[in-house]
Order: sequence, then C-alpha cells, then structure tokens
Amino acid sequence: MKVKLLYFARLREQFGTGMEEAALPAEVQTLGELLAWLRGRGDAWARELAEGRAWRTAVNQDMAGPETPLRDGDEVAIFPPVTGG
Amino acid sequence: MKIQVQTEAFDLDAEVAALHRNNPKVGAVAAFLGLVRDINEGQGVATMTLEHYPGMTEKALERIVAEAEARWALLDATVIHRVGELRPTEPIVLVAVASAHREEAFAACAFIMDYLKTRAPFWKKETTPEGAHWVEARESDEAAAARWSEGA
Repeated sequence: MKVKLLYFARLREQFGTGMEEAALPAEVQTLGELLAWLRGRGDAWARELAEGRAWRTAVNQDMAGPETPLRDGDEVAIFPPVTGG
Repeated sequence: MKIQVQTEAFDLDAEVAALHRNNPKVGAVAAFLGLVRDINEGQGVATMTLEHYPGMTEKALERIVAEAEARWALLDATVIHRVGELRPTEPIVLVAVASAHREEAFAACAFIMDYLKTRAPFWKKETTPEGAHWVEARESDEAAAARWSEGA
C-alpha cells in the first residue's frame, strides 16, 4: 500500500521534508504501526516520534488515533499540537 | 458562514458590516480580533510566521462554526485567519458572530476562538533576538476549550 505523508511545523523542519509518498511494508496496516515504522528510520524520526513527545495525527484531513486503519492512497499528516489564533 | 485562510490583511469594519447589513433580524454582533504581540514568554518578538494545513484547516474551522451553530441560535459567522509572516500590532485572526441577542453572540464567539486554538491546524513560529522557535501549545488553551463540554 502507498500513502502520502505530510509533516508540518517543527516536524517538517526536523524531518527535512514536508511531504513524501511512502510504500508501506505489509505489516503496516494502522496509523500506530506507521508511526512505529517511521521511528525505525532512527535519528529525528525516532527522537520526534518517541513516546512522551507530543504530536497529533490526521488521516484524510480528519484527526485520527493509532488504531485507525490505513488504506491505499490515504493522506496521513503528522504535526505538533496546534498553536493558532 | 464565511471561512477564510489568507496571507493578506482584512477589513474589520467591512467584515462586521457584511454580517448584519442585509439582515434586520441581527441584533448583536460579537467580534474578536487577535493581534501579534511584541513580547511572548518574556522574549521580544520581531516577527511571527504562521503555517497551516491547506484543506484540513478550512474543514476544521467549518466544523467548529457548525458546532457553534448547533449550540446557539446564530444568524451568521465569519472566521478569517491569516498565515505567513506577520509583525507585532498586525491582526492574526477575526471571529465575528451575528445573532438576535448578545448572549448567543458573546458565547459563540468565545467558543469558536477556544476551539480554533486547540483544534484548527495552525502553527506559530516566533523570531526573537535569541533566534527563531516554534511556539509551544499551552495547557491553559486546552482548559479553556474543555469548559464548553463541562456539564453539557
């Protein structure tokens, strides 16, 4: 399955990219499994997505939790807690 | 309902007038204007840069205003949020709500701002004499949003 990954604000800067198309291995079926797979890249990925750090996730532009199943073509966004207004 | 995310400035008078000009049922408009301050957490702020998530941000704002419309008898609402680089004294956000009576307008305006601050994907980066840094989310904003679900 292929998904579009979007990163914003501090995470965009730390990861060095705002968007990527990722081909996921078969064992990645949920948002939580995607986060674990991204942590496996090490460096900024492991550091920023570590347990205890604050981030939010959305699937197809709706806030979503780790149990959310992923489908081919999904748009998945990872970003820090929001600070607008 | 008018929802806009834009880089350019907005005209407060024109936006407020548009909410009531053609509707004699409107007896109250409450408007909140958020501005860039020159100091935050004790540091001087030279510029503030706002980033958003195009698509999701607009959807989130529409949902927040729809929830306000479900809670209070509103006649119209406008939310305009700026993005890009802003300087102290510049407006960041406008929330304006029209209703028959003041109570609904005041409450809905505060509700929309509290939810915007905790649910709409915007991020602020400040440039100070010590360098640039991303603004951290505040627990007090979460508490302000939570008060609307207490005893509901």
